[in-house]
Amino acid sequence: MAEKLIKLPDVGEGVAEAELVEWHVNVGDLVREDMVLAAVMTGKATVEIPSPVEGEVTWRHGEVGDVIATGTVILKIRIAGEGSDGEEPEAENGDRGEEPRVKPAVLPVAALEQALEKKVEFLKPKAEMAVPSPMAKAPPHAGAPRAEGEKPLAPPAVRLRAKEAGIDLRQVAGTGPAGRITHEDLDAFLNSQGGGGAVTAGLQPNKAVQEVKVVGLRRRIAEKMALSKSRIPHITYVEEIDMTALEELRTRMNGTQKPGRTKLTILPFLMRAMVKALGEQPGINALYDDEAGIVRQYGGVHIGIAAQTPSGLVVPVVKHAEARDIFDCAREVARLSDAAKNGTALREELSGSTITISSLGAMGGIISTPVINHPEVAIIGVNKLAVRPHWDGTQFVPRKMMNLSSSFDHRVVDGWDAATFVQRLKALMETPALIFVEE
Amino acid sequence: MKEITCKLLVIGAGPGGYVCAIRAGQLGVDTVIVEMAKPGGTCLNIGCIPSKAIIHAADDFAKTVAMAAGRNAMGIKADNPAIDLAKTMAWKDGITGRLTMGVSSLLKKAGVKIVVGRAKFRDGKTVAVETETGEQVIRAENIVIATGSAPVELPMLPFGGKVISSTGALSLTEVPERLAVVGAGYIGLELGLAFAKLGSKVTIVEALDRILPLYDTQLTQPVARRLAALGVEVLLGTKVKGPSSNGEALLAKTGSGEERRIAADRILVTVGRKPVTEGWGREELELDMDGRFLRIDEQCRTSMRGIYAIGDVTGEPMLAHRAMAQGEMVAEIISGKRRSWDKRAIPAVCFTDPEIVSVGMSPDEAKAAGREIKIGQFPFSANGRAMTLSAEEGFVRVVARADNHLVLGIQGVGAGISELSAAFGIAVEMGARLEDIAGTIHAHPTQSEAFAESALKALGHALHV
Repeated sequence: MAEKLIKLPDVGEGVAEAELVEWHVNVGDLVREDMVLAAVMTGKATVEIPSPVEGEVTWRHGEVGDVIATGTVILKIRIAGEGSDGEEPEAENGDRGEEPRVKPAVLPVAALEQALEKKVEFLKPKAEMAVPSPMAKAPPHAGAPRAEGEKPLAPPAVRLRAKEAGIDLRQVAGTGPAGRITHEDLDAFLNSQGGGGAVTAGLQPNKAVQEVKVVGLRRRIAEKMALSKSRIPHITYVEEIDMTALEELRTRMNGTQKPGRTKLTILPFLMRAMVKALGEQPGINALYDDEAGIVRQYGGVHIGIAAQTPSGLVVPVVKHAEARDIFDCAREVARLSDAAKNGTALREELSGSTITISSLGAMGGIISTPVINHPEVAIIGVNKLAVRPHWDGTQFVPRKMMNLSSSFDHRVVDGWDAATFVQRLKALMETPALIFVEE
Repeated sequence: MKEITCKLLVIGAGPGGYVCAIRAGQLGVDTVIVEMAKPGGTCLNIGCIPSKAIIHAADDFAKTVAMAAGRNAMGIKADNPAIDLAKTMAWKDGITGRLTMGVSSLLKKAGVKIVVGRAKFRDGKTVAVETETGEQVIRAENIVIATGSAPVELPMLPFGGKVISSTGALSLTEVPERLAVVGAGYIGLELGLAFAKLGSKVTIVEALDRILPLYDTQLTQPVARRLAALGVEVLLGTKVKGPSSNGEALLAKTGSGEERRIAADRILVTVGRKPVTEGWGREELELDMDGRFLRIDEQCRTSMRGIYAIGDVTGEPMLAHRAMAQGEMVAEIISGKRRSWDKRAIPAVCFTDPEIVSVGMSPDEAKAAGREIKIGQFPFSANGRAMTLSAEEGFVRVVARADNHLVLGIQGVGAGISELSAAFGIAVEMGARLEDIAGTIHAHPTQSEAFAESALKALGHALHV
């Protein structure tokens, strides 16, 4: 018998620590080789740690949400049988004798690093990751709480709480002495009811409070948003754009496209228009390092596309949009958003943007106040396209109108510059031929 | 007179009604209470409180008499004790006066409007009150009937003259030489014992073959012994026939057929109380009855929407603290809170000598309910504090489930044991097990140690017996 020590792997980028976002095993669980033990997160990427061996989990370190230094032992697995690794060899670095057995990253560290080069598992939906744990407890209210004819036994304070929550105590199991229903039993029942089991009819106040730990991607998002809003004085500028001509062009282009080619959305048009406008205003395609007091203006236009995934908001990046034609842009957007949704986006595909587009598509509303993707200096928010009446001088005509709500870092972009940029976008998109004119 | 409209109208300011009104007022419910006599009802004016005052005075007097007779083991002597019953009554009236004024001011503080007069329903939402200044019509969204109860009269012994109810007994200004008490329930025994102590020659006549039929004989035995020691004659299984023709005696027939002539200066009739279901316009309503009581559900709702009933008018046990708990609950229901009757036990206390307390199930009731039980009983004769009080009569008894030791009931008899009703009540209401009681430190030296010991006894390891 021997113990295998599972350490928090170095997940790359020179990150010295990672956040534990999920445990898949408990102490006492039997694990198979390749079974996922835990998930950790750095940046916005989640890495699953699979088991290199078969055995029993004997020890576990850290709780979900803890930030753990790379190299820390997080699990001990007792290996049955002979010829297992001793305790010590794993503690050393450079144990290159062991092959990575599976595609997902596996210990030892070096192998993991290699594996990470190839693939970083990106946030699979939770349901897929769920591994039934043998330690899982039965729900607190499983089965009949007490023998037939037995009245529930509860102190008056518990009875009162139950009444106010609309709970019939006959439904609640009691774990106290003589089957007494405790406050904890009631809490457990309320939780299992999703915050308020309605037993009596009618509208009822729901007094349940559920604590949701902000961990993983949510925490990253929270930190980034707080950072952006606390550092950057936002200025948001909204302009409406007559998309009628662009929509006609887009419909025609999609209609005449070769089958199998990615359909064009508005997004690639906007991206190409941005490339053009940014060429005239490089100060907006920039990262502001406020600590160093330097604005880095980029020649390459790397456009982040804010995308909602089952796990939360991520921003895959279309690199070098200036070097891609409209179809290439469309293809890349489609590919990246698929990858983000499937959790297969690479680390480098999720970083490196110099400006960001935020679009809620059909839900885009009339106006939004997008939060700048720090340390960028601008974000372009796309609102919903709708047919609205437009006065052409003699009559109202239906036009396809769409608002752009764009935020700028007012420290380095003045309102005039912001307006100039958006007006340029408007001009380009209202006369889409201009987007394609080579200068 | 201008009509009053309100959200809640309470009819009767007894312990149920006034508590209901105060609680409703606290909760911001626009509340009116109608009372034809003084606030506080039977309890404060002619029941619980005055009777306890007289019982206490009688007790002190009896002790002094015993001292004067040289029957005091502590060596206290007294000479020629006497009691001025008129003064005792004035003292008692002072207490009830303070309490009824207290209730009035609590009602006012809670923002409750008090209307004095006799209320009569016109319909399910309207009540007319005969006040001193004319008829006051009150329209209410919700009405609580808290009309209480009144002493039962015997047809052959109508109240009046020598024949008095408990109310009359509590306003006597002279101790009757000979007192006949009809009914050996708790009221008859409490007052009979008190007057015996005050010097009356008391004879108690009971139709059943036992005293205090609501309690088992174990609990009533100490009381029976005390009655005998005080020279009270108790005629069980004896039926009252009526007063003698010259009015100086009570005629009765014993179980063996013997005619008895009980000379009496006063005849106190305490054969129970009846709900007050007449005189307030019940005929104008469609209220379902439950025997002689108003039928209510677990929220004290009657069969008519918006009409609630609480207290003695709704059934047994006719106890002030039951009415208070109902009143509080109804006020909260009317204010929109979710409540229903969920009490596990209503303590019952007899202020006899010695006192009797019962909370929850007696052994017989538990067995009748099909329970396997354990019983633990601890006598005050083994309790140090009881000895120092010269109060070794009595015991505490705990009844628990045999399987999980859940306490089903607690009874006790002994001097001053009424105060232990709180501990007994909490134990039952909290769902205590024998181990919970045994595991609670009970202060030494107190009579309450007998409580912990009774639990230990039931667990098989009492320490002091």
